[in-house]
Amino acid sequence: MIKKMKLIFFLFTVFYLFSTGISAQQQRFPKPEFESGYEQPSTITPEPRALALEYFDVLVLLVVLSLATWLALKKRSRQGILWLSVFTLIYFGFYRNGCICSIGAIQNVTLSFADPGYAISLTALLFFILPLAFTLFFGRTFCAGACPLGAIQDLVIFKPLSLPKWLNKTLGIIPYIYLSLAVLFAATGTDFIICRYDPFVGIFRMDAKFHMVVLGISFLLMGMFVARPYCRFFCPYGVLLSWMSRFSRWHLTITPARCIQCKLCTNSCPFDAIDFPTNEKEVVKSGLGPKKFLTYALLIPLWMIMGIFAGERSHTWLSKANQDVYLAELLISNPEMKNDPDNIDVQTFLASGKTMETLVQEAEVIRRKFYFGSMIAGGFIGLVVGMTLLNTVVFRKRQDFEPHKGNCVSCGRCMDYCPVEK
Amino acid sequence: MEDNSRSKNRREFIQSGMRLSLALALGSVSGLALSKVVKDEYVWQIDPFECTQCGRCATECVMTPSAVKCVHAYDLCGYCDLCGGYFKPDANQLSTAAENQLCPTAAIERRFIEEPYFEYIINEDLCIGCAKCVEGCTAFGNGSLHLQIIHDICLNCNECAIARVCPSNAIKRVKAENSYLIKGDFSKEQES
Ligand code: SF4
Ligand code: SF4
Ligand code: SF4
Ligand code: SF4
Repeated sequence: MIKKMKLIFFLFTVFYLFSTGISAQQQRFPKPEFESGYEQPSTITPEPRALALEYFDVLVLLVVLSLATWLALKKRSRQGILWLSVFTLIYFGFYRNGCICSIGAIQNVTLSFADPGYAISLTALLFFILPLAFTLFFGRTFCAGACPLGAIQDLVIFKPLSLPKWLNKTLGIIPYIYLSLAVLFAATGTDFIICRYDPFVGIFRMDAKFHMVVLGISFLLMGMFVARPYCRFFCPYGVLLSWMSRFSRWHLTITPARCIQCKLCTNSCPFDAIDFPTNEKEVVKSGLGPKKFLTYALLIPLWMIMGIFAGERSHTWLSKANQDVYLAELLISNPEMKNDPDNIDVQTFLASGKTMETLVQEAEVIRRKFYFGSMIAGGFIGLVVGMTLLNTVVFRKRQDFEPHKGNCVSCGRCMDYCPVEK
Repeated sequence: MEDNSRSKNRREFIQSGMRLSLALALGSVSGLALSKVVKDEYVWQIDPFECTQCGRCATECVMTPSAVKCVHAYDLCGYCDLCGGYFKPDANQLSTAAENQLCPTAAIERRFIEEPYFEYIINEDLCIGCAKCVEGCTAFGNGSLHLQIIHDICLNCNECAIARVCPSNAIKRVKAENSYLIKGDFSKEQES
């Protein structure tokens, strides 16, 4: 019996080796005709989440956004915003597992432009657009009440330290770099890094790879002292939001009526987002003037050229994140890898019948995209660096204590400190 | 004072100009994306004809155990006694003893129907999506066992963690209304 089995297996193996060229769909053993009245079960295929529920999520987002806006601008209630963010954390965070989210939707939008075969779904597009549109009118109320990542960080703030201005500004460049890389990787079809390195999604799902959980927890621990570290120094969507917010039509104000310069709110903002009234005498002393402005302005093209150059230099390295490029590189530099039976990627490629030339060609197409993409990204980052520097020497007259429209997340904390009555 | 109000006016003018251009930018981005937007959601699914049973589905999914499970396309099954998906190639007996089974979690149930036919049913709670049985069935049988992403477990991540590392690019976005690619209903020809 055993011998017979071995023989059959041997025959099968031979048969298999000969038939690999033929479609795998071919039925080697015909389906039997049953006599005992056997009824074939059907394959179980549980449906995905209903489409109606996805649209319900958009509705929830819309309601939460409107509510956050009303609470921040009209009702002026920090308490209300706090409870709203608790709801957001529970619904979008723990219930919806932090996905779908507006931050990640940047990549879907990018991919829908870059890849003709991909069309974005309406819900993802709405998640991308709605918060930006709201912010353009009312400031970053999305961050205050509708973002689960913001909410979880906001709730752990314990003893926020005030960071020096230069540090705030320098770290503030990271989100721009993150955004550029995310767009670059999404556009080349390489990776969705925003989703992959989302530090809190592991906490929302209560299940993730160990290093992601560690990352999430360290962000929260850091967040006890440096308020909202992800929002301020990483979030790529925050970049877009701050552009919108800077020019928003209406924005949360610290005081309901007129600032009486009582200075009570100076330390109220955990995010260093309150601008103080300018002291003209000091400005004159520090030598901020047209001359410095001109120098910094002229430096911007130089920064951009440096950025483009850095992008050009690093594009080979960046493109290795792409699986195809990586595989092609690996096989060119280490041809002996072809004999490594444990390398799944190499073995799959060899078994697929694709020629080395096709692989290299495909890799080259992707690398070209990286070449241009990295230079654009580099130039953009250079522009941001230049503008940040320029901004340090621009003098804006300010008489009152005001939230910095770009950085303020409309959390409403400062409002409670203002003694002025309506 | 006059100077003040003039600079204030200028500032407001710049502000509204910028606001308008940002609104236009936002509008055109959404308009362009809208021109090819789809009403349906996308979900991730494995193309069983592309999958090479590498085994990464079991380990790379963000869920543990994986949202990928083996499904049985009964239409294609030969109901063989000697099932390439059920038995190890070196099994010494055609019995349900665990040491003969290919599946590491004994997730496949073998049931006698009538001489000489046996039915194989996957217990999804036990299956970890390791593709060992799929490999056996594809190599020695009809290929009726194959992997699929099971949608009541899958979180539908924005980018499927397995898709990124699948060596044969077998995991694709499919429309939610046809969320499974079950062999038999879905065939190789149909796709091209
Ligand atoms: S509302 Fe803005 S300025 Fe006020 S505390 Fe919150 S972030 Fe700071
Ligand atoms: S990763 Fe791809 S090739 Fe490997 S088992 Fe999963 S679908 Fe199949
Ligand atoms: S062998 Fe692997 S894929 Fe097949 S049923 Fe068992 S656990 Fe699932
Ligand atoms: S989409 Fe996410 S949950 Fe679903 S199979 Fe892929 S990694 Fe697993």
